[in-house]
Amino acid sequence: MQFEMSEERRLLADTLNRYLSENYGWETRAATAYDPPYHSPKKWADLAELGIFHALAPEAEGGFGGAGFDVTTVFEALGRALCPEPMLPALMAARLLLAADASIDGLLSGEMRYAVAVGEADAPYGIEGLATEARQEGGTWLLRGRKSVVYGAQAAERILVAAQAGAGLGVFEVKAVDVEVAGYGLIDGGGAGEVLLDDTPATLLIGDADAALQDALDFGALALCAEAVGVLDHMFETTLDYLKTRKQFGRSIGSFQALQHRMVDLKTEIEQARSITILAASRMGTDQQSRSVSMAKNLIGRTVKLTAEEAVQMHGGIAMTWEYPLSHYAKRAVMIDHQLGDTDYHLEQVMAAYRAA
Amino acid sequence: MDLNFTPEEATFRDEVRAFLKAELPGELSDKVLSGHTLSKEDMERWHAILNGRGWLASTWPTEFGGTGWSPVEKHIFEEECCLAGAPRIVPFGLHMLGPVLIRFGSKAQKAHYLPRILDGSDWWCQGYSEPGAGSDLASLRTSAVRDGDHYVINGQKTWTTLGQHANRIFCLVRTSKEGKPQEGISFLLVDLDTPGIEMRPIRLLEGGYEVNEVFFTDVRVPVENLVGEENLGWTIAKFLLTHERTNIAGVGFSVQAFEQLKALATQQRRNGKRLIDNPLFAARLSEVEIDLEAMKITNLRMLADAQKNGRPGPESSMLKIKGTTIRQALNDLARRALGPAAAPFPSEALEGNLAIAPAGHTRNAARYFNNRKLSIFGGSNEIQRNILSKTMLEL
Repeated sequence: MQFEMSEERRLLADTLNRYLSENYGWETRAATAYDPPYHSPKKWADLAELGIFHALAPEAEGGFGGAGFDVTTVFEALGRALCPEPMLPALMAARLLLAADASIDGLLSGEMRYAVAVGEADAPYGIEGLATEARQEGGTWLLRGRKSVVYGAQAAERILVAAQAGAGLGVFEVKAVDVEVAGYGLIDGGGAGEVLLDDTPATLLIGDADAALQDALDFGALALCAEAVGVLDHMFETTLDYLKTRKQFGRSIGSFQALQHRMVDLKTEIEQARSITILAASRMGTDQQSRSVSMAKNLIGRTVKLTAEEAVQMHGGIAMTWEYPLSHYAKRAVMIDHQLGDTDYHLEQVMAAYRAA
Repeated sequence: MDLNFTPEEATFRDEVRAFLKAELPGELSDKVLSGHTLSKEDMERWHAILNGRGWLASTWPTEFGGTGWSPVEKHIFEEECCLAGAPRIVPFGLHMLGPVLIRFGSKAQKAHYLPRILDGSDWWCQGYSEPGAGSDLASLRTSAVRDGDHYVINGQKTWTTLGQHANRIFCLVRTSKEGKPQEGISFLLVDLDTPGIEMRPIRLLEGGYEVNEVFFTDVRVPVENLVGEENLGWTIAKFLLTHERTNIAGVGFSVQAFEQLKALATQQRRNGKRLIDNPLFAARLSEVEIDLEAMKITNLRMLADAQKNGRPGPESSMLKIKGTTIRQALNDLARRALGPAAAPFPSEALEGNLAIAPAGHTRNAARYFNNRKLSIFGGSNEIQRNILSKTMLEL
């Protein structure tokens, strides 16, 4: 039994944490996250230079990581700093490009930004029921449909699109210059876009892509769980600090038992959330990958809502303000449950195994 | 036991409904139901329509131009207004200062200020909370020092809702440091045009602007602007707390939000199925419906008590806790129901052809975040629990 981080990953975490705290502090984040292009191309290039993208890919493919714990190390640090850079689509694109045996050099160097377009308005989570279609005309694939709330699409050069291609789902690569992307900012910072495919030319990367797509979604969901753990830790520490310093009725509000018990409950739930994320990370690449990730994303979904609401409530009015960083952490926490499957969606995935039994 | 309203009350409900159908402008109810911010003009327009019908001051006796309604009539009126998507009556003049002046004000204050509240000449805001005095309001430090015919005010107020539209503010100020903190507080009326006042906006987490900070530097206020006696302002503050409890459960808001949510869940698709057919979502929806049905009755039971005793008892704190929890649960589900489409920052560009969420629901996440305030303001739910354990349980 060994729950310590490996030396390499500790170094990775230290490097990333140091970079983010020195270069992506609160004011930078606030000035970046809510205005186009909703991320910082300069900071993106810095992250690439630090080798953060390399942590998302295995050694054989030019990276130095790619395992579940590499992903959680990176995303926990991003969560702690509330970093709005579109790293999640980069991770998911890396999984798809590797499955396609395509080059990831551009992705690793940070020169090529990718978005991954799976969800649609009527099929927001998972790969079931997608309506976007691919057809071939004179040897060229053409895509038609609308992909909704595609994270990072407003900043991407390449978009990897899941579409029905006759027998099953395929993954196609589309150049951003060939397609209309209506970009917008998000309520918790960062950007996304609607990808409006209208006989858009595309390159087939993966035919019969169900397994590859599920794998990319699993890795994406794991990353969100780890990001959430970073966000949760920050919210908890900030609230604990506030309880110790804020005085009402002549004493620190942390001296009231009604709040003490709630803080202990929160800490317990956050540790549970950390544990399930560790479990999921350990099972990446096994036959229990998808179900474990769903367990983690479900528990994370419950914990982020509880913690965000309790952190704001125990602060009172101050945490309702734009100026106070915690409010943005609370928004990010809650909105993590709207990405790549919410609490209920993942509960259904966990339940599905009972039907098979 | 009879859960029905009397025939007179039922007739009154019909009358309110007919009035709303005829007089409530569609552009106002559209904005309210979709969670858009109302402009000052929107709110003034609705006040004027109600005033024209004599229904604006629902908490005042008829001799001052109020409706003289019983608690049950008030309840019926508020519920119907919520269901129709009527703008909320801005409470500071009508539900707060009005009743205070009627109970504690001088003849001259009543004669001057009450008509100006009714006809919209004055827009009042509230100067209660301070950065260091939130839940512990009695620890407030903004001071008013007597200087001849004036008080001189120095200090800072915060969370002043809609202060940006106001021309006057009523404040709790410290006029004495003797005795218990509650004993040195006075209630003052202040013209916001007085030199030395600065109002600064506070941006809220979802991006909206509805509250302010107000700074007072050597602000001179005539002594005749004192309401009631010097150093007895806490009595007024406590009186106001019971008046702030009109519609404290917000049943009408919840009923309206539930119907909107059910319609949304019928409309939304999740991988080929209607969201409302998803057993997990339907279970969440049903649980809130059950809570809401129970709260409607709890609310009526307390209303019947208030009708009998003339005013709400301390049990109304239960309504505040449960009412806000249910509204927040409905906001939570309305956000979840959208899935990823809840995430875009609300903007007008996203309401036309590019609409990502169904019409009327583009602000569901913003509303969820904004309504976290419900369990914080007007005495946080923690303070309500303190009140209940002290007064109801005598612990």
